[in-house]
Amino acid sequence: MNKISEILKQSINDLEDAVSPEEIDKIRIKYLGKKGVFTSELKKLAEIPKEKRPEFGQKINDAKTVFMDKLSSHSSEIENKLLNDKLNQKSIDVTLKGFRSETGGRHPISLVRAKIEKIFINSGYKIKTGPEIEDDYHNFTALNIPENHPAKAMHDTFYLGKDKLLRTHTSPVQIRSLLAEGAPIRIIAPGKVYRCDSDQTHTPMFHQIEGLVIGKDISFANLKSVLHEFVESFFERDVTLRFRPSYFPFTEPSAEVDILWDEEKWLEILGCGMVHPNVLSNAKIDPKIYSGYAFGMGIERLAMLYYGVKDLRTFFDNDLTFLRQFS
Amino acid sequence: MKFSESWLREIIDIKLNSSELSHKLTMLGHEVDSVITDGSDIDGIVIAEIVNYAKHPNADRLSLCEINYGNNNHINVICGAPNVRTGLKTALAKVGQALPDGTKIKKSKIRGIESNGMLCSAAEISLGMDQDGIIELPIDAPVGLKLNEYLNLPDNIFDLDLTPNRGDCFSVLGVARDLASSPQSKLHTKEYKKAPITSKICQTIKTPIPEICPRFASQSIKNVNNTVKTPIAITEKLRKSGIRSINPIVDVTNYVMMVTGQPLHAYDQSKIKGIVQPRFAKKDERIMLLDEQIIKLEKDTIVVSDSSGAIGLAGIMGGLSTAVNFGTTEVLFEAAYWPPEFMAGKARKYHMHTDASLRFERGVDPNIQSIAVNMATNLLLSICNGDAGPLMDIKNKKFLPKEITIKLNEIRVNKILGHIIPKNKITKILKSLNFEVTEAKTTWNVTVPTYRFDVKIEDDLIEEIARVYGFGNIPGATEESNNPLNKSIDDRLEINNISNHLCSRDYQEIISYSFVGEQIDNFISGKNSTLKLKNPISSEMSVMRSSLLSGLLNSLKRNISRQNSRVRLFEVGKVFNGELNNHDEREKIAAISLGTIDEENWRANNDCIDFYNVKGDLESIIGSSHENHLYSFKKSDNHIFQPGQAAEVFKEGNSIGCLGKLHPNLLKLFNIKQDVFYFEIDYELCFTPFIVNAHTISKYPQIRRDISITIDKSVAVSEIINSVIQINPNIIQSTNVFDVYEGKNIEEGRKSIALGLILQDKSRTLIDKDADDLVELVIKSLQSEYSAQLRE
Repeated sequence: MNKISEILKQSINDLEDAVSPEEIDKIRIKYLGKKGVFTSELKKLAEIPKEKRPEFGQKINDAKTVFMDKLSSHSSEIENKLLNDKLNQKSIDVTLKGFRSETGGRHPISLVRAKIEKIFINSGYKIKTGPEIEDDYHNFTALNIPENHPAKAMHDTFYLGKDKLLRTHTSPVQIRSLLAEGAPIRIIAPGKVYRCDSDQTHTPMFHQIEGLVIGKDISFANLKSVLHEFVESFFERDVTLRFRPSYFPFTEPSAEVDILWDEEKWLEILGCGMVHPNVLSNAKIDPKIYSGYAFGMGIERLAMLYYGVKDLRTFFDNDLTFLRQFS
Repeated sequence: MKFSESWLREIIDIKLNSSELSHKLTMLGHEVDSVITDGSDIDGIVIAEIVNYAKHPNADRLSLCEINYGNNNHINVICGAPNVRTGLKTALAKVGQALPDGTKIKKSKIRGIESNGMLCSAAEISLGMDQDGIIELPIDAPVGLKLNEYLNLPDNIFDLDLTPNRGDCFSVLGVARDLASSPQSKLHTKEYKKAPITSKICQTIKTPIPEICPRFASQSIKNVNNTVKTPIAITEKLRKSGIRSINPIVDVTNYVMMVTGQPLHAYDQSKIKGIVQPRFAKKDERIMLLDEQIIKLEKDTIVVSDSSGAIGLAGIMGGLSTAVNFGTTEVLFEAAYWPPEFMAGKARKYHMHTDASLRFERGVDPNIQSIAVNMATNLLLSICNGDAGPLMDIKNKKFLPKEITIKLNEIRVNKILGHIIPKNKITKILKSLNFEVTEAKTTWNVTVPTYRFDVKIEDDLIEEIARVYGFGNIPGATEESNNPLNKSIDDRLEINNISNHLCSRDYQEIISYSFVGEQIDNFISGKNSTLKLKNPISSEMSVMRSSLLSGLLNSLKRNISRQNSRVRLFEVGKVFNGELNNHDEREKIAAISLGTIDEENWRANNDCIDFYNVKGDLESIIGSSHENHLYSFKKSDNHIFQPGQAAEVFKEGNSIGCLGKLHPNLLKLFNIKQDVFYFEIDYELCFTPFIVNAHTISKYPQIRRDISITIDKSVAVSEIINSVIQINPNIIQSTNVFDVYEGKNIEEGRKSIALGLILQDKSRTLIDKDADDLVELVIKSLQSEYSAQLRE
């Protein structure tokens, strides 16, 4: 019976030497073909005693099964290898830069503006806009800044005509919105504003966002709470703020809000206050019934803090190298 | 406003250290801009006395001085100052001492004689500008004491950024008065006795227009010696407030202003001719001011005049003709009340800004004019001697600010602040600010001090309460909000979407100034701008832009010059058109592009963009497919574009924008030589809300048929497409142009177009014959309408 195990050993050696499907096929025929080794062994069974036939038959079949398993696995191994060799010839440099159409980016001021808008829209504020060429009444008089008021001297106003000017702040939108919609109201008014001032820390055009909330029970405590929430939401972290008494003709009390920056210095980030009763009266709102707050912030100022931009003027240079940082 | 901490502490006892004081001021609303330590570099300089002096034998202008610098230590010092005299107390820098400028004092021989130190002028030890002689200290200055100790140095100089409503704080007293609202503080002001009247000298004053000068206090003093030095106690305070010492008379007026807030003017009485009276300036009247500038006056300006004409610009600056100088022996002090309504903006009009104008514009206490004059006279007599005449005080009460009383309601205080402050606390705060308070059950009657111009209504009082109570002590409270949902989605969201879309098509957003150069804007609009700034920053920013093109071109130019060969920019912003009194502001979206289709890449399309690339960008933002039929493009002759490559964009018949290749003549103005493409559309007209009306889609299969024809070159392809669809709109779902060709094998003057017809019926499956018949119909129609020829 050594013969069977030797046949098996030989057949497996033959298989292991084979490197192509053609060779495999030859081996298959050699062992399993009609005149193959295993086939002829099985034919020889007739020559041995009947009672021993099952035992021998079993051995031959077992050997044949082992051979066939090996044949199948070796054959797929060879096929895979050949396929891989073929595929490998099509290999590419995966480190080459991918191809896509490039993308541009938003201006950092637009990004910050959109971020602020989103925060307030989520809290139920509506967005309002107003004309950039304003009249003296909406920009000054209605906001309790009469002719010759010292506060007016602080606004370096661009004039187009006797009564026509470029708005110096977004506050005229307060008046226009209140006159159009009345109270209660909850709005923000983003937009461009202009002052006749141009140096390292001033550009003649910049952006503000004005907020106005008028209702029957709106208080200074509410204002504090809203602004604190807003600033935390904007910077996405806990912040320390201080409300410092200040002066704006259109609010009373008025405050400026400073943020504690780098845990060492206070930086002014916005102005706010309770809407002055004269402003409410000018907008046909009864100050005895309604009260409310207003706030205003410079978008450039917030953008500079947010992105660490040092020079205000770079926002309007529109240099691609600068702008691409924000995409 | 600048003042020294030591001066403030002379007027108020307050239990706060320097940094607490600074914080307190800021939190009261007087923002401390800076705190600078002054006089920390003169340590070691001592007070010394000139015991004896003699002329230097070898130099006419030098003196040999024997100096006692304490404990009877005597040394010899050579000094070149003209004011050396026996008994003078002055400042000595000993050998080894460093001066603020770094100079080290050495023992030296000057013209053969040894000098063991240096006597210092004020300028040499950073105590002012005076360098005309050595510093003169009071006769009782203790010899040997360190000068910095004697002068309260180092001292902190506070610089406050006062808000325009708080004119009352433009004095050390004013600041102290506000600080006195803090607990554990005590104000003590020095009261001056009435100055002794030892002369009859008196200037006649008349106020024929009482409303412009409701109060005018004045006093004349004669036999004044203005050649003496102002005491260092005064000049030091002034120096720390940033005011130069000039001569005693001027120094006294400045000192009184800094203490009380009342600006004073001093005239040389002997130079005044006749009656003094405030009046409005006459037409074309001129005055030469103290600083020797001559200004032409406007008729709304108040001047102080004598019979010779204007001798001063009321509340702003005096005239040169009556100015005091060292030789002045007769002086007239003026302390007037010039009402803010006549003063506001006046100094600015003449491009001036003085300590006096600043205070008068914001309001000076109408009750202190005679007090200020009396104080000035007292001080002047003590410095310069002299004989004072009577103090004259003209009051036109009718035009002086009235004392006002405001009713304050507890409910309103709590409602506005959203926080309950105990009633007794409110009373206390109001009283601490010198308000006179009568208390009722839930209200107060509050009388406002005359110097508080800013307090007029109940809410002003609420601010005062909150300010002193501390904004930080009012806790935040969330609103009880009851907001109805908005009826419409905010526009801005849509603008953000469009902008983001342009970014994804490789456009970079810019923001440019709304004012542009007039010449360029006129070129672009083809009109003369009427929206011009009266006070532009420069001629390049002088008119309101009528289009976004100018700003985009400027940015394009800038980026080309920064070595960018492919630039794609867009801007969203308003443009301004029409007449000033009826102008039109419209939000526009515009984009400009230049360079290759793709960014440089190893397999990029390196062709340059053309009209159709940019048109594709525009189409991609103006409408999603279901809106496409609303838009149309028509050939345009807009002069900013190259002829033949310009289109006007329409939406439902309304012009909403333009598109094209910019004209080389326009680009020449910006020195741009490359091809540049541009489009601009009107945001509102373009993006009107549109709600899709959904169709039921057909469940039957589509058939595609391609046809290729030649037509006359001048026929617009869009016209062919419309005409094809019209043949059977129910079945021809769409017509795609998949090839356009002119040139070889095509007859000159004609072009070849290939159309793909997508056919589909809603109610049945189309068979080949249906399609063939329809195509035949289409070809026939194109043949007859456009002389189209079928290509094989």
